Amino acid sequence: MSKFKKKKDGGLPPVNTASLPDIVFMLLFFFMVATVMREDTLMIQNSLPLANQVEKLDKKNPIAYIYMGKPAAGYEKYGKTARIQLNDKFARVEDVAAFIAAERAAMREELIPFLTVSLKVDRDAKMGIVGDVKQELRKVNALKINYTTGAGDALTNMQ
Amino acid sequence: MAKRAAPEVNAGSMADIAFLLLIFFLVTTTIEKDSGINRKLPPIEESEEDVIIKQKNIFTVLLNKNDQLLVEDELMEIKDLKAAAVEFLDNNGDGSCDYCQGAKDPKSSDNPDKAIISLKNDGETSYSAYITVQNELVAAYNELRNRRALQIGPQRGFPEMDFVTMQKNYKNVQWVGNKEKLKTLIDQIKVEIPQKLSEVQN
Repeated sequence: MSKFKKKKDGGLPPVNTASLPDIVFMLLFFFMVATVMREDTLMIQNSLPLANQVEKLDKKNPIAYIYMGKPAAGYEKYGKTARIQLNDKFARVEDVAAFIAAERAAMREELIPFLTVSLKVDRDAKMGIVGDVKQELRKVNALKINYTTGAGDALTNMQ
Repeated sequence: MAKRAAPEVNAGSMADIAFLLLIFFLVTTTIEKDSGINRKLPPIEESEEDVIIKQKNIFTVLLNKNDQLLVEDELMEIKDLKAAAVEFLDNNGDGSCDYCQGAKDPKSSDNPDKAIISLKNDGETSYSAYITVQNELVAAYNELRNRRALQIGPQRGFPEMDFVTMQKNYKNVQWVGNKEKLKTLIDQIKVEIPQKLSEVQN
């Protein structure tokens, strides 16, 4: 009798989980490679408008980021109109020139002419402040700019 | 002394550690979405010489503070802007452009080389409206350039490739093909249909 019983109590064999770490590691490496750490903590609202005629921003060339938008929740004391953010601070229009100079000083000399300024502007910002920044960039001869946008149908922006 | 084999390290918690790291990277990941419309600002020039441009060669686009669009002094919906810009650029009024298919209207632009789009916006214009207009104008140029690329591409050994694809391939490291030939073709199309977009200072 016991012969038969022995066979039964085995039940389902447990699933072998030895390869689970391998799978997890695989995912881990994928995300490690795909991760871009946020360079700046945003203190402004920054939902980019959409456009479909976009070109990829060339990462080989140096990029300086200028953010513009309304101060985000928690920073209401800085006002309700769009502000400029450079690095981790709110800035005035006059500070843009110094910011570009600092970016240029930090990079290799032969790359300076290739500096692209990426304007990350909130969709609700007004053109006045963007125009001021553009004028300031012209003054310091940083002429390559990129209106950074999301990818999508541009006509949906204006609804 | 009896030799004892080193006990095996328990690897059961490896999965936990890996999960911890995985979750950290999952949370910090921002999938990259840095792409946009490239523009070149005009340098500040000292010389104050006025270039005389015929009125018919200028396509005025005005965006007011309520995000309304005024094209050539007429109200226009944003969705019609691209077609209007293409029609203007492609007009070929003096007949010197043999790849244009426009109406040859003498009241509109002479040829794509002379045609200038002038964009003026108000300080109160919203940025999203401005980007939409920029996008539509770039789309108009790209449409003409794509058409031209499909016309002359096959003779140069790049069949079935429009201008946007050409530019993508040129930048793509993995693309196999003659990049120098492609570059000359891209440059030729850029010369034939130049992007002349001027922004009015206000």
